[in-house]
Amino acid sequence: MSMLTLARKSVWNRRSTAALVVLSIALSVVLLLGVERLRTDARASFTDTLSGTDLIVGARGSAVNLLLYSVFRIGDATNNVSWRSYLALAARPEVAWTVPLSLGDSHRGFRVLGTEVSYFEHYRHAGGTPLRFAAGAVFDDVFDAVLGADVARRYGYTVGDTLTLAHGAGKASFAEHADKPFVVRGILAPTGTPVDRTVHVGLRGIEAIHADWFAGGPVPGLRLSAAEVRARALTPKSVTAVMVGLKSKTQLFNVQRAINEFSDEPLMAILPALTTQQLWDLLAVGEHVLLGVAALVVVCGLLAMMTALMTGLNERRREMAILRALGARYVQIFGLVLGEALLLTVAGIGLGLLLLQALLLLVLPLLNARVGLSIAGWPPSWHELTLLGAVLLAGFIAGLVPALRVYRYSLADGLTIKL
Amino acid sequence: MSDAASAIAIEDLRFRWQPTRDWVLDIPRLAIARGESVFLAGPSGSGKTSLLSLITGIAQPTEGCVRILDTRIDHLRGAARDRFRADHFGIVFQLFNLLPYLSVLENVLLSCEFSAARAQRAARRSGTPAGEAVRLLGRLGLTDPQLHRRPATELSVGQQQRVAAARALIGSPPVIVADEPTSALDADLRTEFVTLLLQEVVEAGSALLFVSHDRQLAAAFDREVDLRRFAPAPTPP
Ligand SMILES: Nc1ncnc2c1ncn2[C@@H]1O[C@H](COP(=O)(O)OP(=O)(O)OP(=O)(O)O)[C@@H](O)[C@H]1O
Ligand SMILES: [Mg+2]
Repeated sequence: MSMLTLARKSVWNRRSTAALVVLSIALSVVLLLGVERLRTDARASFTDTLSGTDLIVGARGSAVNLLLYSVFRIGDATNNVSWRSYLALAARPEVAWTVPLSLGDSHRGFRVLGTEVSYFEHYRHAGGTPLRFAAGAVFDDVFDAVLGADVARRYGYTVGDTLTLAHGAGKASFAEHADKPFVVRGILAPTGTPVDRTVHVGLRGIEAIHADWFAGGPVPGLRLSAAEVRARALTPKSVTAVMVGLKSKTQLFNVQRAINEFSDEPLMAILPALTTQQLWDLLAVGEHVLLGVAALVVVCGLLAMMTALMTGLNERRREMAILRALGARYVQIFGLVLGEALLLTVAGIGLGLLLLQALLLLVLPLLNARVGLSIAGWPPSWHELTLLGAVLLAGFIAGLVPALRVYRYSLADGLTIKL
Repeated sequence: MSDAASAIAIEDLRFRWQPTRDWVLDIPRLAIARGESVFLAGPSGSGKTSLLSLITGIAQPTEGCVRILDTRIDHLRGAARDRFRADHFGIVFQLFNLLPYLSVLENVLLSCEFSAARAQRAARRSGTPAGEAVRLLGRLGLTDPQLHRRPATELSVGQQQRVAAARALIGSPPVIVADEPTSALDADLRTEFVTLLLQEVVEAGSALLFVSHDRQLAAAFDREVDLRRFAPAPTPP
């Protein structure tokens, strides 16, 4: 029987306390890793909202604002890009493709995006994943719409249903374009991006519902039927923003400068990846607070272990005296207590990892189906392993305290067995 | 009685637990021969347990020397002293001798765990250390093999003390010290325990230093030492 067996049997003898200690460490590890994983995945899916687009062009203003309204559907543009400038931009030799974005209308709380069919080809998320249709296909007719996953789920829309758009972003907008209903043509699969909460229609559709409007409201006396509108040319006068893909990345900064210095109207080009990163850094404070709280929970778990070891020590003082009398060396007794702390910590970490995996296995399919978040399961990342290493180190330190105390006891007690 | 023949030889020993405390022991000379059994008496607080701590090298003398066989245990350091203790001593306490999470047999074998020499001697005697443990337990009246596998805590106090004696005896260490091992037993059990212990000590050829308040037991031993003989001189003011 080695010291290890002795340690094992000793812990087993106090298994109910040990189990509680392991559980408390495990739960704190679950929380720490859970928060960490959510944090990194939230960051990843946030920064992955839009990929494959080199530049976003809009009216000159704040870069973050342009990103917010063009990609995240938050806030409104103060100015538009004229159709003429859009055509000039699209005609530049370095530009491979452009997708116009026209915002400003809504449907029952969801934003409406007017765009072209090429949007569905060029919009990429999560490291280059293209949009996928869960049902139906791209819009074709002027009054066709393609719904994001959330929109369809929220109101139970299926392909073939009709819906009306409203002017402005409000949920209860008075200015409804009720006379020109849209037909659901396609429904997108969930992406975990704002695309899920968007109603997509063609640019011509946006023009059509505003054909009898002027300066933000219906023109009194002018009432055009859907059929009359359809007959018109429906070329937009302006768009809100433009997604741009370049033929070569080396042209990126040249084109950006050229657009920023565009003479016809004040324009601005942003690098979406860079601005998304900047935006995330603005939000990073909360992220760090969250991780800090999780770390505190781990400290609590280890303090619980230290308490259990310390209170167990009085009971074990006798055990240590017996072992000393039998000729056990100081290092062995020291190791017995420290080893137990390490054993409990390792068991706690192991159980924590197991619990986390079980949790992810249960929750992941749900998460993936509902929000398209792709949280990775196994194996833990290097960063997570570092965190676990820190937990182990903390467990070591928490074990040193009672181990050193036992050492002192065994020096002071002599052959007397303290009851 | 020359020092070379001694199991324990103490010279000019003075001891106190802390530099600020009074002297607990002041023993100019005390020798116990190999194989000798000694009854150690003295009032409570006279330093009996302290003396055993010094002899077994768990505490260090403040002054003087403690020799076990040919080795000055007070000169050994750290791990060497612990190893020496494992090889040369069997120790029995007043109570709570056994680890509650081990079986009776495992408790006895614990001695061999820390001393290869004792494991070898035990094996030479009965084939294996476990065989020797069973033999000793049987000699001390614990014959039931079922009982050997039971957790130590399930035994009566008298049985536990006999298991502790078996653990001290296994591998025939040259010195066995027992600190009031009978004080928790009733009168009948006491004499039975002492008789069995002495019988086994003689057979193992070990020296025995036996502490007790019960003077009636003293007659069974080769010699009686009263610590009052060595009452430390009061510290000069
Ligand atoms: N571990 C210790 N630390 C400090 N002082 C101690 C320690 N052990 C004993 N003492 C002191 O040393 C003196 C002798 O104690 P010791 O335990 O050796 O007496 P004893 O003869 O064994 O008494 P008893 O018959 O009650 O067991 C006492 O005054 C006691 O307070
Ligand atoms: Mg005592």
